[in-house]
Amino acid sequence: MLKDQDRIFTNIYGLEDPFLGGARKRGDWDNTKKLIELGRETIIDQVKGSGLRGRGGAGFSTGMKWSFMPKEVGERPHYLVINADEGEPGTCKDREIMRNDPHKLIEGALIACFAMQAHAAYCYVRGEFYRETEALQRAVDEAYENGLIGENACGTGWKFDFYIHRGMGAYICGEESALIESLEGKKGQPRLKPPFPANVGVWGCPTTVNNVESIAVVPEILRRGAEWFAGLGRENNTGTKLFNISGHVNKPCTVEEEMGIPLKELIEKHAGGVRGGWDNLLAVIPGGASVPLLTQDICSTVLMDFDSLKEQKSGLGTAAVMVMDKSTDVIRAITRLSRFYMHESCGQCTPCREGSGWMWRMMERICAGDATPAEIDLLAEVTKQVEGHTICALGDAAAWPIQGLIRHFRPLMEERGAGGQQPVAAE
Amino acid sequence: MSDAPETFEFTAENKAKADAVIAKYPEGRQRSAVMPLLDIAQRQNGGWLPMPAIEYVADYLDMPAIRVLEVATFYTMYNLKPIGKHFVQVCTNLPCWLNGSDNIMHACHSHLGIKTGETTEDGEFTVVEAECLGACVNAPMMQINDDYYEDLDSEATKRILDELRAGKQPKTGSQLERYTCEPLGGLTSLTHQEELRAQKVSEKGDN
Repeated sequence: MLKDQDRIFTNIYGLEDPFLGGARKRGDWDNTKKLIELGRETIIDQVKGSGLRGRGGAGFSTGMKWSFMPKEVGERPHYLVINADEGEPGTCKDREIMRNDPHKLIEGALIACFAMQAHAAYCYVRGEFYRETEALQRAVDEAYENGLIGENACGTGWKFDFYIHRGMGAYICGEESALIESLEGKKGQPRLKPPFPANVGVWGCPTTVNNVESIAVVPEILRRGAEWFAGLGRENNTGTKLFNISGHVNKPCTVEEEMGIPLKELIEKHAGGVRGGWDNLLAVIPGGASVPLLTQDICSTVLMDFDSLKEQKSGLGTAAVMVMDKSTDVIRAITRLSRFYMHESCGQCTPCREGSGWMWRMMERICAGDATPAEIDLLAEVTKQVEGHTICALGDAAAWPIQGLIRHFRPLMEERGAGGQQPVAAE
Repeated sequence: MSDAPETFEFTAENKAKADAVIAKYPEGRQRSAVMPLLDIAQRQNGGWLPMPAIEYVADYLDMPAIRVLEVATFYTMYNLKPIGKHFVQVCTNLPCWLNGSDNIMHACHSHLGIKTGETTEDGEFTVVEAECLGACVNAPMMQINDDYYEDLDSEATKRILDELRAGKQPKTGSQLERYTCEPLGGLTSLTHQEELRAQKVSEKGDN
């Protein structure tokens, strides 16, 4: 278990003052100037060396992403865009950073912007997080008033502005190029890549899009050193991570833990265990709605990191752990997710626009016991037709939960069709 | 509920707000302000956007009205028809459903006498189903206007609706003895804050 002294988010529950007074006591903004004076290359090297992988779901190296930005600033200014459009079902970690530890995000944004030679960060917060936006704005105002950001941020001579842009309800805007479109005042429909945002991002300028948690951990990595962060977890899966544990556990919660903590330990130590005990566990979705579920036997041994979950044909995603006990109609659960993807498809690519609705309707048939085994094969085939055939990953995300269900619960699906096992409610 | 106005114009205060928003974006990129400006317009107009407001925002930003309408129809938080004074959005996505969001939905229906998508006759409440609202460790939950109400059951839901109807501000956030997203009953990390937690939870209960 992660020691308290190794935790980064020491006010994740908001029990202490979230704002500047409390933040300073927790060590935020402590000689930030010195961190900036490390210089661009050292900062990027440290972030690379820490092994930090993006905390928004894809898990790409944050330092590497930063290094894709042009080395020299040309006619077009550089931008940092922070993805706070937290909407992956099960995920509620960035919310806690913004309302309970907002200065970590602002300080991280300053450092990231300096490293990428950007003078402005735009933080795209999902519109429903109104109170979280108020808290973050209050922290931003404090940072300006105290000279931590603005014309001469922390006395470094670097000009840095932090702007909040509120989304207005569209899951797809969590996809970085859709987010950029939305920030430009358009419908949030993903762009074809290339060009990648590092070359052509917001307003046609070089842009890096990072998740809130990825940015917020940067100051601590620089203060304690890349080796400290890299020493937590295991190779290629380093550091600490915010986990959200929801569903059928006795005490749902958010907690910062070491990367690679066993799933069983995570659930039992922090979330009070599975309702009715570990043997009452049916399945877990370990990384937000988009990743395939895991059955109890896998859950008993799997480690919560990128590579371990990938080996199990699932993923760490956003580290949002959704627990389902044996009372769950797991077909109904996945059907609900299918409806979500249908609702959130932006409509741009045909396989996703048509396929997400088709898959949902088929899931409804299976759920109601109206489908034959051949139709399950057909559904499996259609998920393959959608996966990998769309501009963004929403098509994949719509396909994967169904593939996971078929992989692990096919007999149940067939039994339902044969009239053997009738649907029951979740509770 | 407000009827569709024939014309729309920002109040002086909202004009100032809109101009401050536009100033956040680089020169010539005022179009980026379309989403916040539509939100300001919607708030001024009692929670929904009539066509004159959409056209007004288009003029304000020197954009074709169709581009603004496109945005207004793409994002779910813009309401294109009137809603009740209290806009109740019940999350029914997976973590909420696993923890009984069907009961919350049912409590709203039976207590208000309306179905999903409907508004009470007195114009006080509209109930809709929402996709994941991002408070999953506090499931089930609902959003009413700008506030989240979390860790609900049927009783808490009805009490919140009653308080709103009576013109009171119900306790927001978790309806259990939790401060935010910590495990119920005691901390498993940051345990030096345990005393503080107990104190905060008890203060919150008293409010």
